[in-house]
Amino acid sequence: MNSAQALPLAVLASSLVPGLIIFALPQEQVMLRSLLNLAGAVVKLVLIVVMLFGVRAGATYGFNHEVIPGLELAFKMDALALLFVTLSAGLWLLTTVYAIGYLEGSPHRSRFFGFFSLCVTATIGIAMAANLFTFFVFYELLTLATYPLVVHRGTPAALRGGNIYLGYTLLGGALVLTGIISVRSLGGPIEFTPGGTLAHLGEGHAGQLRVAFVLLVAGIGVKAALVPLHGWLPHAMVAPAPVSALLHAVAVVKAGAFGIVRVVYEVFGVEFAQMLGVLQPLAWVAALTIIWGSLRALTQDELKRRLAFSTVSQVSYIILGVAMFGPAGTVGGLVHLVHQGIMKITLFFCAGNYAETLGVHKVSGMNGVGRRMPATSVAFSIAALGMMGAPLTAGAVSKHWLNMGADAAGLYWVPWVLFASSALNAAYFLPILYRAWLLRPPPAWPQEQIAAIGWRETAWLLLLPPLITGLATLGAGVFAGFEMSPLAWARLIAAREYMQVTP
Amino acid sequence: MPEWAAAPAAWLILIPLLWATLAFLFGPRWGGRFALFGITVQSLCAMQLVAALDSGVTQVLPVGGWSAPLGIELHVDGLAALMLLLTQVVALPLMLYTRAWLGAADRAAGYVWPLCGFMLAALHALFLAADLFNVYVALELLGLCAVALVAGDGKPQQLRAALHYLLVSLLAAAAYLLGVALFYAAYGTVSIATLVAVMDAQPPFAVVLAGTLMLVGLMAKTALFPFHFWLPPAHGSAPAPASALLSALVVKASFYVILRLRLTVFAEGDLTLDWLLAGCGGAAILYGSWRAFRCAELKMLIAYSTVAQLGYLFLIFPLLDTRELALAAAALQMVAHALAKAALFAAAGIVLVATGRDSVAALAALAGRLPVTWFAFGLAAVTLMGLPPSGGFLAKWLLIDAAVAGEYWLMVGLIISGGLLGAAYLFRILKRAFAPQASAAVLKPVPRIMEWMAFLLAAASVVIGIEATAIVEILGLVGST
Repeated sequence: MNSAQALPLAVLASSLVPGLIIFALPQEQVMLRSLLNLAGAVVKLVLIVVMLFGVRAGATYGFNHEVIPGLELAFKMDALALLFVTLSAGLWLLTTVYAIGYLEGSPHRSRFFGFFSLCVTATIGIAMAANLFTFFVFYELLTLATYPLVVHRGTPAALRGGNIYLGYTLLGGALVLTGIISVRSLGGPIEFTPGGTLAHLGEGHAGQLRVAFVLLVAGIGVKAALVPLHGWLPHAMVAPAPVSALLHAVAVVKAGAFGIVRVVYEVFGVEFAQMLGVLQPLAWVAALTIIWGSLRALTQDELKRRLAFSTVSQVSYIILGVAMFGPAGTVGGLVHLVHQGIMKITLFFCAGNYAETLGVHKVSGMNGVGRRMPATSVAFSIAALGMMGAPLTAGAVSKHWLNMGADAAGLYWVPWVLFASSALNAAYFLPILYRAWLLRPPPAWPQEQIAAIGWRETAWLLLLPPLITGLATLGAGVFAGFEMSPLAWARLIAAREYMQVTP
Repeated sequence: MPEWAAAPAAWLILIPLLWATLAFLFGPRWGGRFALFGITVQSLCAMQLVAALDSGVTQVLPVGGWSAPLGIELHVDGLAALMLLLTQVVALPLMLYTRAWLGAADRAAGYVWPLCGFMLAALHALFLAADLFNVYVALELLGLCAVALVAGDGKPQQLRAALHYLLVSLLAAAAYLLGVALFYAAYGTVSIATLVAVMDAQPPFAVVLAGTLMLVGLMAKTALFPFHFWLPPAHGSAPAPASALLSALVVKASFYVILRLRLTVFAEGDLTLDWLLAGCGGAAILYGSWRAFRCAELKMLIAYSTVAQLGYLFLIFPLLDTRELALAAAALQMVAHALAKAALFAAAGIVLVATGRDSVAALAALAGRLPVTWFAFGLAAVTLMGLPPSGGFLAKWLLIDAAVAGEYWLMVGLIISGGLLGAAYLFRILKRAFAPQASAAVLKPVPRIMEWMAFLLAAASVVIGIEATAIVEILGLVGST
């Protein structure tokens, strides 16, 4: 096995192996467990950086494993996979740090961190999947690995949230499977290939191909929380904050968006999908989701639920970018895959900090939190402004490219949707910022668990991750022009997806 | 030494008979040791059998040097070898489990070891049988051992279930025997190989009747819907290790006979009959899953799950045109279900030992404790739901592939919804693991070996979903997709 095969395998193993060991560790082994977790996360990042440079220089990474003759688990680490893997691995490291601080002293931590690692393994598998079979295997594994995290607290509400989550995602999985079957029954190969593989089937099978497209996108759209398949997301909010961060920024929702990207670009091929006329309806659904999510977010008083509906809205920016035919839209969608992740995880980290430190769960209880927890609130504000698309943040870059894409594709209604969404974002984030910074704090916090000591407003393990991702939100905006920025990667991918197509 | 005496196939029948007799003579204290040693040797025999098998080639062994029609012949092909190997792989952990279980429950059940031995001998004889009459002998012995195991500790509900099982078993065997007699009357032979050669394209009425009688008998023994009624009480009330053996192996034996006959004597096939079997299988999936979903008792739930899972096996009959795909799917489903179901019953037995209760609700008392048992439940459940990565998933994938090749969309839909139904009833078990540790109920200690054997079986059922090439190779199918 040469390094081109060993590296992707090692990336999978760097979370799978620690996860399996952690399951076997007794509850009290805090040091060893944390060490394993962090070592796995760091090793994964190092491996990914090696491959980042390799892929940029044109190297290819991948390996196949034959399950039975004729059926393979196939993995490839291309530019698109790396975009997602880098995001997931980077945020996984931070989330692990955060979760170690967050769950200190709570029960069932071995179980939690074990499934946490499995979850990331499944996400990496989804990113690297080189055919629909492999994609499906890891897509379902992700469902199985996240369920224990969603119901982690074991309360009736958590179990109910878990039931709803399972109901949606398993049905989604069944749709995906049906979609894969219909592609295969048309004789279509199921390998992911830049430019797509189904174009040769031509107009003759247009009807069946459209059905297959709808099945695949609807099935994957459950995880991407496309309206009306988003119902599970607010219910899954019963989970602990690190899990919410994981669901919204690292794994589940992202896996859904990423899957749609793969299906559109590498199964159908964007040109062929445009010819089938399926991209325009997808753009409409995305636009509807963007507006609907924002509208629902307006009325939520519980901070995490407001953020959940905000996710519903924001993830569909990615889908919208993908559904707009043209490289600029693609760049906008792909770059938002990363940007939304960084911004949303910051918001969830901060929401977790407010809840853990002060017992503040509701927007109406956030008066003056900025004075008590300035650093957390600065991070929160940056991310919230980014969501609105404020200048100098990552959000502005996404929005700029999406608008360019809309312009190029001649979709004149898209900028209006984006504008309306920004306005709605402002309408539900600015009141929070107003309360946090300008209103007086209450005489006593609902449940102050971590006392402030000088500059240390909360535990370091809780404070550092949002600060880092907050800075990254600014960095991705300010340094968007640099060579290794998310934007540069998105442009590289777009160039590869569009150039390899023969007209 | 004559040639046949060196053949592992013959020893596979002799060894369990030998240790069963020894166990009977020396009593329960020694019985377990004989059993473990015997099955270890059997495993070696089975492995040697597989190694000696050129893929796709059938071997025939004349026992005692007498060839058919006078003597008894043993027949080894890929499917038989696979089933023999599977039997050892399931039986060895279960015997280790049973030893610990007898200790934990403080039972003096001396009957267990001889019964297990005779049962394994019957299973092996059935897999290796080369003629219809030997199949009958093996079926009869198998049925009697199984009934005795169900009667178990002699509790009233066990006796009632065993009695029903006995009646079904006897009637089914009688129907089968009648069919065999009709065959003999029509063709003057019961050797499968000879029958293949002499079967008419348009068989006379007596042969059609014979086939029907045999099929009905075998369907009843396999507990295929609508003949499933005896299975849930029997497997639900039998002692846990017995339930595991019965659900994992015994019901598959009669399916094996149906499949074997369909591929040889009835190779012509009959479209209506094939679809009838598949229809019963489909109904079994839906009905079994529904009943499992409604069950309050843990073991009964698992037993209804067996009814549902057996249904998948019967879906392959209309798909046999795509021979390799459908056969590989059936073989994988048998292997995956045997491992997973043995694991589930073993885990349910642990719950019974620890809490003294056999109910889904009792699982809540285990939450957070006995993690190994929980993982056994979890992994086995993943296989039964047919979610990846697991052997159950791979079997369903192949089955769907075969159904798509024939453009049987209804069947595709049925397989997919069957998986969802499976998830619905199995997550009823799994979600109990997350209940807060409310009850301070004192658990009886469970021997570790029991937990690990359940886990081992469950893990194996998942791992074959990633690495199943060996299974396909034993079957002698190459390039199945």
